[in-house]
Amino acid sequence: MSKTIVPKKKGVLHELNKNKILFLMLLPTLLYFLINNYVPMIGIYYAFVQFDFHSTNMFQMDFIGLKNFEFLWKSGKLVQLTINTIGYNIAFIVLVNVLAIAVAVLLSELKGKWFKKITQSVLFLPYFVSFVILSVIVFNLFNYDQGVLNTVLEKFGAEPVNLYAKPTAWIFLIIVFFLWKNFGYSMVIYLASITGISEEYYEAAKIDGANIFQRTWHITLPMLKNTFVILLLFALGGIMKGQFDLFYQMVGNNGLLFSTTDILDTYVYRSLRVTFDMGMATAAGVYQSIFGFILIMTVNTIIRKINKDYALF
Amino acid sequence: MKIKEDGATKWFRLIAYVVVLVGSVLCLLPFLLIVSASLTSNEEIVRDGYNLIPSQFTLDAYKVVFMFPEDLLRAYGVTTLVTIVGTAVGLLLMTMAGYVLQRKDFKYRNFFSFVIYFTTLFGGGLVPYYMLITNYLKFSNTLYALIWPSLMTPFLIILMRSFINSAVPDEVVESAKIDGANDFVIYYRVVLPLAVPGLATVGLFLALHYWNDWFHSALFINDTAKYQLQFYLYNIINTSNFLNSIGAGAGIVLSGPVPSESMKMAMAVVVTGPILLLYPFIQRYFVKGLTIGAVKG
Repeated sequence: MSKTIVPKKKGVLHELNKNKILFLMLLPTLLYFLINNYVPMIGIYYAFVQFDFHSTNMFQMDFIGLKNFEFLWKSGKLVQLTINTIGYNIAFIVLVNVLAIAVAVLLSELKGKWFKKITQSVLFLPYFVSFVILSVIVFNLFNYDQGVLNTVLEKFGAEPVNLYAKPTAWIFLIIVFFLWKNFGYSMVIYLASITGISEEYYEAAKIDGANIFQRTWHITLPMLKNTFVILLLFALGGIMKGQFDLFYQMVGNNGLLFSTTDILDTYVYRSLRVTFDMGMATAAGVYQSIFGFILIMTVNTIIRKINKDYALF
Repeated sequence: MKIKEDGATKWFRLIAYVVVLVGSVLCLLPFLLIVSASLTSNEEIVRDGYNLIPSQFTLDAYKVVFMFPEDLLRAYGVTTLVTIVGTAVGLLLMTMAGYVLQRKDFKYRNFFSFVIYFTTLFGGGLVPYYMLITNYLKFSNTLYALIWPSLMTPFLIILMRSFINSAVPDEVVESAKIDGANDFVIYYRVVLPLAVPGLATVGLFLALHYWNDWFHSALFINDTAKYQLQFYLYNIINTSNFLNSIGAGAGIVLSGPVPSESMKMAMAVVVTGPILLLYPFIQRYFVKGLTIGAVKG
């Protein structure tokens, strides 16, 4: 097989032939995303059929148009689910980034190699905890009979509280535990970018008489912009999904708390695995994907109009 | 010569020490809670509730956990195997992809990067994915169902790409090329050795993901012998909560030991321990390995 075809036009084939080893190295990854992510997009069709557990071919199932979406809409939960999902995600994105940048800046200014190393590791430690363990921690802290909170309250003679029946408290708890578990990850990423900033900038600013606050504001923060944008880019992609593990493990199937804690992901999962309502599950999933996609595209278009440099893509 | 620090710097440092110290304590507290509860006797927990420091230390809970170790060890085996295979294969594929996507002479690098990134923006949703794994790939009840779904993520590929881009100078690749090395040889002789911090960091994230995964067991595995460690723990916790809620004295006969509060905590320690041990080995590469750049490049 030594014949080499050199096309006259320098087209796609020529390019792939020139770099065929590179292309072959990339091929498994492309195939993976093709099978794992692009092929299931065809399955959006499930949302338009009457699901049949006895059939494996979706194109043989009865086409029912938008009926599944109608049911989903009539369930009356869609608005609440959407608000919950987007609300939580915006809170997560804003708070994690603010906290991570603040602590990364502070940490980078610390003296003492060991203190720095140890605290940095400790702050990252919660990221190692699985969501199953997180649910153990939460239960351990807040359960009615033996939880730490009620043990402490009783010691001070106060009435114990049953948080597992108080939906509003969980808005706060979910956000706090999300931050606890995840902020260390973003913090280390920001720390890495700060480490990459050349010392010369700081030296020059010092000579010009800038104090540490000015140096942080005018050098460090602007230099973190790229990192922030890329983290935002990936966070926004999941704005209609996001953190299924967190919600499902912290709340589980506790219907008392659904009004404030049910998000699209948990709703879809319960439809698929608990109530076996496939039509509803697919319709909700499709709604989630398309609504999220439109949302990101809109945000991106607006940003692009204001300032092209800040556009995500 | 030591430059004298101005007042602002001193204040800044003071705030920094306080914030970092308080943050560290808050991050450690829940760990302390679990470890101490695992060392408390179950009677004390039921009687007095959870305390930060147990009045009497006991290893009873750990003894109970290891009394019938078959299921636990099997779940350990599944998770360990899945973690090692998944991390190894994932790292191989992602380093290759990251290397290719940062090569300036690979014309379609931005297009392919976007093809990969696009999957985070739009997807078919959970049901079509469930159908893909169970009906088309036929992975249900096999370890493939646990390895395949987490093999690669766009974020880690971009992370890898940025790292290789900053750690491997273009001139090094160029000179290797002039010496007659092909692109794959350059990848494993030149790029991989220089990319060790990136490998360690991405490897840790990947391993962590596999180790902590319970979701894919819940979705695709019915055979209890193939449960991952986290899902095994999840089931024990739920059984325990369920028994508590109906009252343990309802006359139900259990084949294993009744999971107690302190035993749950001991399990949590046993389940998290091994992956924590990995961290000290990775730590020195950590900050260095986390360089992240744009999707376009």
